[in-house]
Amino acid sequence: MRRGVGAGAIAKKKLAEAKYKERGTVLAEDQIAQMSKQLETFKTHLEEFASKHKQEIRKSSQFRVQFQEMCATIGVDPLASGKGFWSEMLGVGDFYYELGVQIIEVCLALKHRNGGLITLDELHHRVLKGRGKYAQDVSQDDLVRAIKKLKAMGNGFGMIPVGGSYLVQSVPAELNMDHTVVLQLAEKKGYVTISEIKDSLNWERERASHVVDHLLKEGLAWLDSQAEGEPQYWLPALFSEIASRDVTPEEANQMTP
Amino acid sequence: MDLGIVLLTTHRLIWRDQKNHECCISIPLSQVIFFEEQAAGIGKSAKIVIHLHPNPSNKEPGPYQHSKFSHIKLSFKEHGQIEFYRRLTEEMTQKRWENTPASEPMPTATGSKTGRTRAVGIVGIERKLEEKRKETDKSISEAFEDLSKLMVKAKEMVELSRSIANKIKDKQGDITEDETIRFKSYLLSMGIANPVTRETHGSGTHYHMQLAKQLGDMLQAPLEERGGMMALTEVYCLVNRARGMELLSPEDLVNACKMFESLKLPLRLRVFDSGVMVVQLQSHSEEEMIASALDNVSDKGSLTAEEFAKLLGLSVLLSKERLLLAEKMGHLCRDDSVEGLRFYPNLF
Repeated sequence: MRRGVGAGAIAKKKLAEAKYKERGTVLAEDQIAQMSKQLETFKTHLEEFASKHKQEIRKSSQFRVQFQEMCATIGVDPLASGKGFWSEMLGVGDFYYELGVQIIEVCLALKHRNGGLITLDELHHRVLKGRGKYAQDVSQDDLVRAIKKLKAMGNGFGMIPVGGSYLVQSVPAELNMDHTVVLQLAEKKGYVTISEIKDSLNWERERASHVVDHLLKEGLAWLDSQAEGEPQYWLPALFSEIASRDVTPEEANQMTP
Repeated sequence: MDLGIVLLTTHRLIWRDQKNHECCISIPLSQVIFFEEQAAGIGKSAKIVIHLHPNPSNKEPGPYQHSKFSHIKLSFKEHGQIEFYRRLTEEMTQKRWENTPASEPMPTATGSKTGRTRAVGIVGIERKLEEKRKETDKSISEAFEDLSKLMVKAKEMVELSRSIANKIKDKQGDITEDETIRFKSYLLSMGIANPVTRETHGSGTHYHMQLAKQLGDMLQAPLEERGGMMALTEVYCLVNRARGMELLSPEDLVNACKMFESLKLPLRLRVFDSGVMVVQLQSHSEEEMIASALDNVSDKGSLTAEEFAKLLGLSVLLSKERLLLAEKMGHLCRDDSVEGLRFYPNLF
């Protein structure tokens, strides 16, 4: 909207202003001017804070948690933009955005093995490894926050609660409640059988088959048809690191029927 | 056998029944005399045994007033014992409950319970403690004190911005376009979500416009190399790795890309049905991509996304999207089995 020009418009405006002032209402444009001033002041305070405590943010995951929680409480997202004050002056942005890059890279590197599903623990472990000895410590809370931000870029980043922690999904595979609950069931042993699904969840065989078939198709589960008893559906994402080894994509293809 | 989850905070040890979430046992860390590990053995899982002081006389009433045991055992059926032991050691060394006030006293209980446990993140509990801490602002470390003061000022900014946004919505007063743009940039600086925006074309700030132009230059070559299309996450990594510092947030990238069209840059942001977001070169038309997919599939008889990816040197994700697109347009049909998703030329 453009401010009207011309004598008539000016007079009208003066009248409106007077009316507002009478009612004690402040005009929006006056408030914007006020905000500009307050912003400058705030920036100064933030600079002061940064000069004293910037290190704290980078060194202490505890401090980062408090900081994030406080921001959330007042309705501020310090990670929304690299151009934000928080990012520019406190360096919070770079910390989390770089972490985002590392998370994407780890997930991509392991996708052929686990289909795009990885435990938060394993992700944490690998990210720390990738960061090297002298990098700052990164907590699981840090990872979770970085992942939440990655969601903005599509591509199916998400977190599935499983066994007291999370599975991090990095592919757009559709996982509904049925799939999720079977993943949770499989968490204990790293695999699940149709009978177990039927017994624990009280489902029909067809429903259970449908779910495991989907997981197989998406590359999230591997079939061990030679297991004793009945076939077992293994989830590579849930293998403990000690018991697993890296396979090439060719080997992975051979392991499914 | 009770299964549960044990949580460790700076002040307490909390055990919660996995089935019945109402059932919760909490023990202040100040009550712990010492604790020890018991290694796993055949038929035995690893345990941590925690020895406790006898009840203080000012103990709050709780489910148990006392117990004949002076210790509890946490049995880790699967794993987590090592990490938990480490964290417990840390908390017991730091004794943070002595410095920072906890929330109002919780009923405590002693008793011996064994259960399957696994160390879990402490964020949820910390959150509650933090909120109380803000109110009872006593002897917190200087950094937190300063942080709290800073947040109070930030909150004033948030409230002011809300008031302005409401006025804009209600069209009170005359806001120029300039002022609107300035306001948006203030919101960006503070990290306040813009409540007034209905834009599908990004945030509309100068910053993102500049960014869009930079990206337009920077991504030409990489896009050409990759067949004209890159997943947004790929772009994110590429751009940020090149920058080294003053990195872009995911939202910055999305907001910048949304402006390609209005700025008449030769790139487009595109969202596939699956939710995958890509940046693609304007010059790489849809028809070309589909024709090439059809050619390749016909040539080989059939292709999976992985095979197609290898052929073109693209990521599996994007190869799949192209095949899906060709299928959507009726040029390919699928054979979906547990062996994978395979595409054939559509001869119908």
